[in-house]
Amino acid sequence: MSNQLQNTIKKISLYLILVIAAIIVIYPIWTAITISLLDDKQVAQYPPQLYPTHLNLDNFRRALEQAPLLRYLFNSMMQSSLVMIGQLFTACLAAYAFAFIDFKWRNVLFLTFLATLMIPWEATIIPNYLLIKSVKWDNTFQGLALPFIATGFGTFLLRQFFLKIPKELHDAAIMDGCGHLCFLTTIVIPLARPALGTLAVYSFLQTYNQYLWPLLITSDESMRTVQIGIALLQDEERFMFNTVMAGVVFVLLPTFFLFIFSNRQLIRGLTAGAVKG
Amino acid sequence: MTHVTNSLQERQPDNYFYRLIHLSNIQKREFRKFIIALLFLSPSLIIFIVFVFIPLFRTVYLSTFLTNPLGKPVSFVGLEQYRRLFATPVFLNSLQRSLLFVAYTVPSTIVVSLGLALLGNLRLKGIAVFRMFFSLTIAVSAATSSLIFLYLFHPALGSLNYLLSLIGLQAVPWLVNVNTALPAIAIASVWLQIGLNTVILLAAMQGISEELYESAMIDGANYWQQFRNITIPMLSSAFFFLIVVDILAAFQTFTQIHVMTSGGPVNSTNVLVFSIYREFYFNGQYGFAAAQAVMLFLIMLGLTIFQFGILERQVFYD
Repeated sequence: MSNQLQNTIKKISLYLILVIAAIIVIYPIWTAITISLLDDKQVAQYPPQLYPTHLNLDNFRRALEQAPLLRYLFNSMMQSSLVMIGQLFTACLAAYAFAFIDFKWRNVLFLTFLATLMIPWEATIIPNYLLIKSVKWDNTFQGLALPFIATGFGTFLLRQFFLKIPKELHDAAIMDGCGHLCFLTTIVIPLARPALGTLAVYSFLQTYNQYLWPLLITSDESMRTVQIGIALLQDEERFMFNTVMAGVVFVLLPTFFLFIFSNRQLIRGLTAGAVKG
Repeated sequence: MTHVTNSLQERQPDNYFYRLIHLSNIQKREFRKFIIALLFLSPSLIIFIVFVFIPLFRTVYLSTFLTNPLGKPVSFVGLEQYRRLFATPVFLNSLQRSLLFVAYTVPSTIVVSLGLALLGNLRLKGIAVFRMFFSLTIAVSAATSSLIFLYLFHPALGSLNYLLSLIGLQAVPWLVNVNTALPAIAIASVWLQIGLNTVILLAAMQGISEELYESAMIDGANYWQQFRNITIPMLSSAFFFLIVVDILAAFQTFTQIHVMTSGGPVNSTNVLVFSIYREFYFNGQYGFAAAQAVMLFLIMLGLTIFQFGILERQVFYD
């Protein structure tokens, strides 16, 4: 009996710790949502309002009216989709070669791919900026997306998955007169759907959340991405925190949905590469 | 002529000519395979060459020149930019700021995430919801989190100082003071990194064999002993991975600085990448910025080699 009581107490205290930890982790997000729902008087009061009192969507209306957030969102979606499709295409082909074709210099080339992971993007950003400027691709979607459509990480991730596909399948397909491209499209890609899904979500998230590159090469307001767009909201004095936070919530919503729906797959795929790789 | 060689082959398989032709057939097949592989690799390779490898060399090249305001190299100055790096306070300050930032963020991120992962690994009803909360920051961008923390840190309106006052602590000047600005940005960065770190540690914990704990329990080991002698050693490869990823991320921090402090107050948050950005984008000092970028690359390269060469040997792989 006392043992059972002890267990119950232990359980309750564990839940208590879990809830406190969750509140601390979630607090910044909670704050963003709260502030985005406050009116101008509430947001300027002291002590600060810690929770919303009513569903007041004025700030969202104001943010959408005064900054072209929908246009920014469209730009971000375009950039992210282009990068995602590009990475899936290039990484699939490269990972296939590394996993199924036994060719000379394979290790050297594979190391070359891995080496790109160790070169910080910031170390190459000046020449890239000058290059994109010189071909007048600043303020274009190709300028936003093209430098990122190859991925050492994605190639590595897919290769690890492809290696699990039995070699006999490959040999049998080749015997049947199904060439490399045919084998890739009819067998490998359908089997590797989970890994492709992981890469798709990951590259989309990464690109959608990019900051430095779009900051450098988009000077036209009509080509800005959401991340730059809302960061600039804060610079303008006419916007109060509640309007800025409405913008923040607006920008966060797509990635939250993506994250909630793909949570399991994203995490399983990424950790399989990181922990066991 | 071909006819003659063919008939020679048939009669004498050990013939020199036969071996030569045979060998070249293997080579031909190898060559064909190589070409096919190259075709599969070429989309990636072209992008890497154009946007990674050539720019890396061009960064080095630029760093030996003075440029005009548009970034065109004008006069060769050799290692002058590098001498300037170490003779003026700009780079040394940024380097120090970046190293401090690594020291602030990396250990605390890993410790906090380890705590969260341990909590998330409990066998309780509804634990999946908590895991989701703990990994949520994966979906948050640096820009949005910076804006949120800009509010939280606000001296008059922000709720962080108010919450501190509730538990009897003094208000902190956060982003406006030379001594607290970098730690404040570190807090925002740690929060952003927690999601990925927790997810990786949680996955590694779930990969530890149950039998290890069972036999430890039979031997009478308590929770703390199990944690020290089983969990921590079995997580070493995950720790190793996270240390690499977190250090690289800390060195590459830019967005938080750009949104929250623009390098101030008095350059106290002017970390390396921000300094590179400021020197070439605002001051038009392409050569000087390129020299800083080369240093950034060398530091990261050195760290990676060090980590893989020395740290990895001490990692326990299961």
